[in-house]
Amino acid sequence: MNSAKTAWKNIRRSPYQALAAILIMTLTFLVVSFFTFLVVGSSKIINYFESKPQVTAFFKNDSKQSDINSLQNTLSATGKIASIKFVSKDDALKIYREQNKDDPLLLDLVTADVLPSSFEISTYKIEDLASVSNALQKSSIVSDVIYQKDVVSTLTSWTGAMRKLGIALVILLSLVSVFIMVTIIGIKISQRKEDIEIMRLIGATSWYIRWPFILEGVFYGIVGALVGWVISTLSLLYATPFLESFLKGIPVLPASAGDLAILLGAEIFLAIILGVISSFLAVFRYLK
Amino acid sequence: MIKLDKVSKKFGTGEFGLYDVSISVDKGEFVFLVGSTGAGKTTIFRLLIRDILPTQGSITVNEWDVVNLPKDKISHLRKKVGVVFQDLKLLVDRTIFENVMLPLEVSGTNSEEARKMVDDILEHVGLKEHKDKFPVQLSGGELQRAAIARALVLSPDILLADEPTGNLDAATSWEIVKLLSEINKKGTTVVMATHNVDIVKSLGKRVVHIEKGKIIKAEKEKTEKEDKKK
Repeated sequence: MNSAKTAWKNIRRSPYQALAAILIMTLTFLVVSFFTFLVVGSSKIINYFESKPQVTAFFKNDSKQSDINSLQNTLSATGKIASIKFVSKDDALKIYREQNKDDPLLLDLVTADVLPSSFEISTYKIEDLASVSNALQKSSIVSDVIYQKDVVSTLTSWTGAMRKLGIALVILLSLVSVFIMVTIIGIKISQRKEDIEIMRLIGATSWYIRWPFILEGVFYGIVGALVGWVISTLSLLYATPFLESFLKGIPVLPASAGDLAILLGAEIFLAIILGVISSFLAVFRYLK
Repeated sequence: MIKLDKVSKKFGTGEFGLYDVSISVDKGEFVFLVGSTGAGKTTIFRLLIRDILPTQGSITVNEWDVVNLPKDKISHLRKKVGVVFQDLKLLVDRTIFENVMLPLEVSGTNSEEARKMVDDILEHVGLKEHKDKFPVQLSGGELQRAAIARALVLSPDILLADEPTGNLDAATSWEIVKLLSEINKKGTTVVMATHNVDIVKSLGKRVVHIEKGKIIKAEKEKTEKEDKKK
């Protein structure tokens, strides 16, 4: 109780140092939050694509309905196909209109003629996508095949890279914040050298002297984590409508309150660890 | 109660602050430590609360082997030995009340009880009406009393007063000495370092005379006791 009071007094008495410590912690946790959003979001996108093993084959404009029907029969005969759906030019237009209903300019520009008709094919097994897409590509009426394994593998490699970058950045920023906090707490210890000396001489234990500084470090960490989390969560909420229309129906957003709470919990835990490490380093470096 | 046995302290400069000093003080005694500036009086006090370690010899305070005291026991020692420092060492940004409260805070006394103890001790040293003032607002004699109050608030077994009359006028010095002897009468062992010959003579207590780190004279009373032991 007393240590907390002393810590609070030390914080109030040097607001600029406190601000510097809190800001660097805030920056660290902003980055932690944003990269968590990116990594979690992109792995949700990957899951979405993986759960829908699909090949989409677009037909050439001049392809006849009879050729399309015979292709459908050939494919169904392989026994690998779970479902095959013909999307006509009109259906394609409906889908397009639905996706862009908020943007009249885009709607005006497009008619059913511009959009190709297509097959949406899903297989029982994700491994069969490759052979099905090969078969489609050989067909003379097919102009283009989108084979979502490509999407998944591209996304996976992007996510992997992002995760590595995120981890590197978080480690770097954590180190920076620890060193800055060590310096700030070190300055505070030096400022109070005389007080500390007097307290020792009248019988204060080492821990009595150390505790306020350790609590101070923990305080900076927790406040920084809270501020960083609030800023990043607010910006995520703010960007949600825009991101949702960008992701076009892939169920990533809105982020659930539970997930955000878990993130906050994890960040506070990390903040306490960083705060304690910094204070301990400072205390053992400057308080012999 | 206090026993220094053949204690020497060599400083980093190579000079001896103390050389082969043996002193013993019994429980409830009032002893004057006399000597000119630089004689080693403060060094003895610093050794007694283990602010510094001796180069040689052994020191016993209250059954504690001070030299070999584990680090985590040092605070226990310092709570039992109150010190009135030569430079007082009051915290300038705390009121007199808060300064006297400090040892209680440090020892974790509950705050209501602590407040009452501080009020009592401030009344005892006659500083009750000044308790909310800061050290800069008090006179030399009042500051000295504040330092004594802080040294006494934990009811230590031993009180070490380092030149408590050092820069005070004669009348105020007498008040301080009277206060210290009252404290002594209540059972606290008091060691007072001074070079004020008048005070030493008129009080008639045991005197340990130290010069240049060596004991010149430890009063008769002491020698008689030692003879008895032999």
